Amino acid sequence: MAAIIDLHEVAERELEARTRYPWRVKACASTACQSAGADAVVRSIEATVAAEHLELDVQVVPTGCMGLCSRGPLVRVLQRDVDTETMYADLTPEVGEQIVTSHIKAKKPIDTHVIDEKMPFFAGQEKVVLANGGVIDPNRIEGYVAHGGYLALQKALTSMRPEEVLDEVVASGIRGRGGAGYPTGSKWSLLAGAPGDVKYVVANGDEGDPGAYMDRTIMEDDPHRLLEGLALAAYATGATGAYIYVRAEYPRAIQRLDRAIRVARRSRLLGRRILDTDFDLNIELRIGAGAFVCGEETALISSIEGKRGQPNLRPPYPTEAGLWGQPTMVQNVETLANISSIINRGGEWFSSIGTPKSTGTKVFALAGDLTNTGLIEVPMGTTLRHIVEVMGGGVPDGHEFKAAQTGGPSGGCIPASHLDTPVDYESLRRLGSIMGSGGLVVMDDRTSMPELARYFMEFSMDESCGKCAPCRTGTVQLHGLLDRIATGTGSEGDVRELEHLCQVVRDTSLCGLGQAAPNPILSTLHFFRDEYTDAVSGKEPADA
Amino acid sequence: MTTTVEDQPEPKAGSHPSGDDRFGLVDKALKRTRYEQHALIEVLHVAQDVFGYLDADILMYVARALRLPPSKVYGVATFYSLFTFEAPGDHSCMVCTGTACFVKGADDVVRDIATEFDVPEGGTSSDGRLSLTTARCIGSCGLAPMVLLDDEVLGKLGSEEIRQRIRDLLATEEEVA
Repeated sequence: MAAIIDLHEVAERELEARTRYPWRVKACASTACQSAGADAVVRSIEATVAAEHLELDVQVVPTGCMGLCSRGPLVRVLQRDVDTETMYADLTPEVGEQIVTSHIKAKKPIDTHVIDEKMPFFAGQEKVVLANGGVIDPNRIEGYVAHGGYLALQKALTSMRPEEVLDEVVASGIRGRGGAGYPTGSKWSLLAGAPGDVKYVVANGDEGDPGAYMDRTIMEDDPHRLLEGLALAAYATGATGAYIYVRAEYPRAIQRLDRAIRVARRSRLLGRRILDTDFDLNIELRIGAGAFVCGEETALISSIEGKRGQPNLRPPYPTEAGLWGQPTMVQNVETLANISSIINRGGEWFSSIGTPKSTGTKVFALAGDLTNTGLIEVPMGTTLRHIVEVMGGGVPDGHEFKAAQTGGPSGGCIPASHLDTPVDYESLRRLGSIMGSGGLVVMDDRTSMPELARYFMEFSMDESCGKCAPCRTGTVQLHGLLDRIATGTGSEGDVRELEHLCQVVRDTSLCGLGQAAPNPILSTLHFFRDEYTDAVSGKEPADA
Repeated sequence: MTTTVEDQPEPKAGSHPSGDDRFGLVDKALKRTRYEQHALIEVLHVAQDVFGYLDADILMYVARALRLPPSKVYGVATFYSLFTFEAPGDHSCMVCTGTACFVKGADDVVRDIATEFDVPEGGTSSDGRLSLTTARCIGSCGLAPMVLLDDEVLGKLGSEEIRQRIRDLLATEEEVA
């Protein structure tokens, strides 16, 4: 059996190793920066370091996402002796070379590419889940351990009973980050209380909302944080097996999780007799194959079983009969990524962040017509205006803000008049949107709302699994109506029909995908009705 | 005497009658997952990686190995959009149609490419040179609209610039040929 990891020793060694280099260059190697050319920049920095014979003075470290994806590739330069950190944006291989020759050798930072880390985009954030993003090398467990990784698991296994772990999660008030906001503690209690010797916990990494990549970032940049959260969930609920379901579109997340699981097993952080206690747990990876509906928990369970990923009617809820008929709890990746911090710092600490009913932080993927786009983590209750205008830097190119879309194809649009809404589960729901998994797409005055609604309906229509009729045929009909309206061939009757059909699909569909599919229409009808009526005004019904 | 699926011996490596070695890699995946029926999706992923697509022969092979009815294997394979049943084109062009890319005009990009290169969305041009697919958000929203041309990422480009890159790509091949 492998030797048990000594967390304190590993952390000390890792922190000590960092002080050996006078300079450290942290290069964001996340998907967004890579697609902006980060590899070439890193190669250029490394080649220049070698050419200048600075290998003993400069360490180049690949890290996870630094957040400001629209300005990538991003790099941070750290100087040990003066303890300063300089962040560079919009890098090219040429500027990468200058970082070595000018900044490091001549102590002359390249001002045109330096960005201020005190800018509102960074200053408005509170990092819990993304604390290690842009800080550690995702492929090395030592980096995670150096920042307190697996201490929560050690604490739980050696000094807390499962009920105590569960109590902390209940006390934290954390709610599911996948969309609906079900209280996490209640779900855990249901699984803990379910009869049976075989129980499963499943991490839902089937992040399908277009415009959302929070979970991918967590899985890619800090895979051990997810493993630790999942292990804590299993311990608290008495689960005997664990799965992580990742969509196949995230090959790098799959590869990093796979590696992290193997390393954790070798270190006795997973497997048999974890940290030399009586607790055993294996985590298995399961890969999706391109079906949005698999984000729905019962569909996800079917997919893990190797079947078509079609949802099943609830009840029975998975916590009663889930994977292979056994009690099963499906939890979103971001939810699980919060757990280690809750155990380390206490549920009370967690509940002090955010609002009384929506505690903690939420990660958002900011995208669309904004000056700054990327990943942000903000306390719940931050207003949309602060996110859009201050952190996001507002709408560029002299255009006007029109709407912010949250919740993807299951969510809705929030107009300028409601920008002062705090971001929490209840406030967003009152506006006809949902928190969703955290996609936040901003649209300027050039976006047509009926076209946007048609876009989302096309998505839901394509992704409908076909099991229940309201969703299978309703989404097609809704799309047809929207197409007529958006292309100017619709009638006023079409708008009435649209509204009526939305209610039918919402009320009668089997699973969340169908029930929420009309949301983009209903919310744009509510706030931007004139765009629909203008598009059909004066037109007679085609079949009248 | 009739043989049923259950009577078939477990296939050995390279046991496909065609002698195609690539089935050996599928066998490896089958073994690794201990011929468990719930590993079907994983095995199909491997088979598609190896062959590039899944045809009836491959699906039948997997069905026998896992002792599953072919209808079930077909049903699962066709449910998931990442499995494909036709050989892909020489070059692939994937346009992200996530929300951020939609806002930045991805629909126009798809339509323009489809028209100019006579390739249906989700299909391959009749000369087999170019496949056009769309993806639901690759999560590179800062680069919207985003296109993946073979393995090259094209970000923040207009429809005309993107099509010029495709023309260049297809033209270089013709010269070589």
